[in-house]
Amino acid sequence: MTTMTIAKAINEGLRATLNNNPRTLLMGEDIGPLGGVYRVTDGLIGEFGADRVVDTPLAESGIIGTAIGLALSGYLPVCEIQFDGFVFPGFNQITTQLAKMHSRSNGNLTVPVVIRIPYGGGIGSIEHHSESPEALFAHTAGLRIITPSNPHDAYWMIQQAVDCQDPVIVFEPKRRYWLKGEVDTESPGPSGDPFKAHVLREGTDATVVAYGPLVPVALAAAGAAAEDGRSVEVIDLRSISPIDFDTVTDSVKKTGRLIVAHEAPTFGGIGGEIAARVSERAFLSLEAPVIRVGGFHMPYPVAKVEEDYLPDIDRILEALDRALAY
Amino acid sequence: MGATHLPATEFDGTGVDDQLEAEAEAVLGAPDAPMVQLLGPDGAMGEDPVFSEYANRLDAEKLRGFYADMAAIRRFDQEATALQRQGQLALWVPLTGQEAAQIGSGRASQPQDYIFPTYREHGVALTRNVDLAELLRQFRGVSNGGWNPKDTNFHLYTLVLAAQTPHAVGYAMGIQRDQKLAAANATPGQPQEPKAAVMVYFGDGASSEGDVHESMVFASSYNAPVVFFCQNNHWAISVPSTVQTRVPLADRAKGYGFPGIRVDGNDVIAVHAVTEWALERAREGKSPVLIEAFTYRVGAHTTADDPTKYRGSEEEAQWRAKDPLERLEKYLRAEGLADDAFFAKVKADGDELAAYVRKTTHDLETPDIRTAFANTYAEAHPLVAEELAWFEEYSAGFADESETADVKAAEANTDGAANR
Ligand SMILES: Cc1ncc(C[n+]2csc(CCOP(=O)(O)OP(=O)(O)O)c2C)c(N)n1
Repeated sequence: MTTMTIAKAINEGLRATLNNNPRTLLMGEDIGPLGGVYRVTDGLIGEFGADRVVDTPLAESGIIGTAIGLALSGYLPVCEIQFDGFVFPGFNQITTQLAKMHSRSNGNLTVPVVIRIPYGGGIGSIEHHSESPEALFAHTAGLRIITPSNPHDAYWMIQQAVDCQDPVIVFEPKRRYWLKGEVDTESPGPSGDPFKAHVLREGTDATVVAYGPLVPVALAAAGAAAEDGRSVEVIDLRSISPIDFDTVTDSVKKTGRLIVAHEAPTFGGIGGEIAARVSERAFLSLEAPVIRVGGFHMPYPVAKVEEDYLPDIDRILEALDRALAY
Repeated sequence: MGATHLPATEFDGTGVDDQLEAEAEAVLGAPDAPMVQLLGPDGAMGEDPVFSEYANRLDAEKLRGFYADMAAIRRFDQEATALQRQGQLALWVPLTGQEAAQIGSGRASQPQDYIFPTYREHGVALTRNVDLAELLRQFRGVSNGGWNPKDTNFHLYTLVLAAQTPHAVGYAMGIQRDQKLAAANATPGQPQEPKAAVMVYFGDGASSEGDVHESMVFASSYNAPVVFFCQNNHWAISVPSTVQTRVPLADRAKGYGFPGIRVDGNDVIAVHAVTEWALERAREGKSPVLIEAFTYRVGAHTTADDPTKYRGSEEEAQWRAKDPLERLEKYLRAEGLADDAFFAKVKADGDELAAYVRKTTHDLETPDIRTAFANTYAEAHPLVAEELAWFEEYSAGFADESETADVKAAEANTDGAANR
């Protein structure tokens, strides 16, 4: 066990995969000598050289498009997109090409491309640096989407993403890059399957499902609720596509109440999908409607008011009050 | 790129990309046109068969104005950097080193022209009479814009690189249509509106984005009155311009079918001349033009960046020697066009501007998130209304709590008073 930040854990995970597999390579803007704007690839170009840690031209469509070609020729590219809001010039390649290559080749071709995207707000940044576009990708069949919330998962999930034969988007919660935690570099432990949700805290009165940056918020809310004598179960979803509905429904069957929290706008978001599935699978166990806590239907607002926008402990507790009032 | 396009003594051996340049020449032959330079780093004025004529249009007042503008924007830049360091701005994007490229080109535009900047074009904003304090709203995190583009024909900054380039071409296509309509409806003898063009700014890094390529295709296909102004400041964050291109960027224009010119971007007179030429050409409907201003970002990419991670200080020093302000100062003094009193006044004005910017930044009001609800759509939208109603109720809950707290506190006070 060693203690490290999420950023460092991803760095170590990338290092491990570069060491373990000669066909892995990293691509992206500024990932070389600079080590990426968040220094996630720090030091890797020195160790592995410019053929394996590729500073690309400034062109997201080019990065993803060429990664697809590299994957078709047997490589395992891991692309870094600098910020959430800058993935869109590459959106066409991701949604119309990357996601569909396997199915349109009748399963003959695989494109094991990994795309890392730092996402989410709460860092006081300017426009396009705080968005949560995961639902736009989750809606596209053919992509897998995961998001670690702690260093141990970060270390293992990036490697599991590279090992996966399907394209995987790893949404990295940028405001948690500096969150420290223990990493067992020997074994993934219960993190062996990156597409499985984890119950982080057991409870009996209600379930809160969160992922990525909101996991610590959900845990804090559960802690605060406990002081009021309420027992809240917290689930870290970890995988946004596919979603581990079994873990979620099992929990709801136990608690009878569900709150889904994410930073992305609630409308058309992942929370709606979870609410619908749970009502299909566990309707009779529900004692209250599933409540979504998320961003508003507006472009991510300016930094000075992001606190009004981002779901926080109070917003989760308010939702809990509402759920318990039924 | 470097050496062969420039007076050999001046840019040779900057080491940035001499070898690449040589390789490109071996394949492609000599570049189409040498870099345009009029005012050298030594402050001496050179000759150019086409552009000297444009330089000759500049009188002493204009030249002093260029200097004053460049000094003002550099001072502004320093102040904004300081404000960021003091936590007053979330981020700042410095322009030091690029003053000539921006002031020279911006001053070549006419009020009827429309400008699309990226995010570093503070100097261009100055030439368009944008209140500089308004530029800081975005970087303070109180606005995603900060000024009304309709006031000055200076568009909002764009943070998604290159996304504004097709907008510029579309805007130019609109102007083109307006001009056709105006010509068709013109009454003989009536004065006509002055013709307009669009100028769009982007960097050497952004030149790799598909949007730039596509907008150049459109500009060429429809002969849109647009000038592409690429500030090649040599670095896209940590990536050198050689990763973006193996040929002088200006040479790319040929492939689209319009002229490309490389100009010494630290020579305000040459930049002005070339841009005036290009805008005139665009307004007359002759063709789009690509201008590559060969310049250097002397400081960090943004206040979040550390250039020592990717480039050497010698390179910076070499470029500091080409400083756009110093060379114009040398020229103005040598020609007797400006004296100590002028430079002292420029300095005093700069300090005044800095004080104004500092004060206005502190006073910038934090918006209410309700304005974001209000501005998401132009017309009423039921989901927004529903979410706003929820937000009002939710916030009111807290107001109640704090009111209760206030009441309790007040009660405690009265109690205390009664007890006394
Ligand atoms: C589409 C997109 N991708 C990535 C970024 C992140 N980014 C911001 S500035 C920058 C470098 C831009 O370099 P250049 O175009 O040369 O302009 P400069 O900043 O040097 O003026 C990058 C990669 C972005 N803003 N937009």
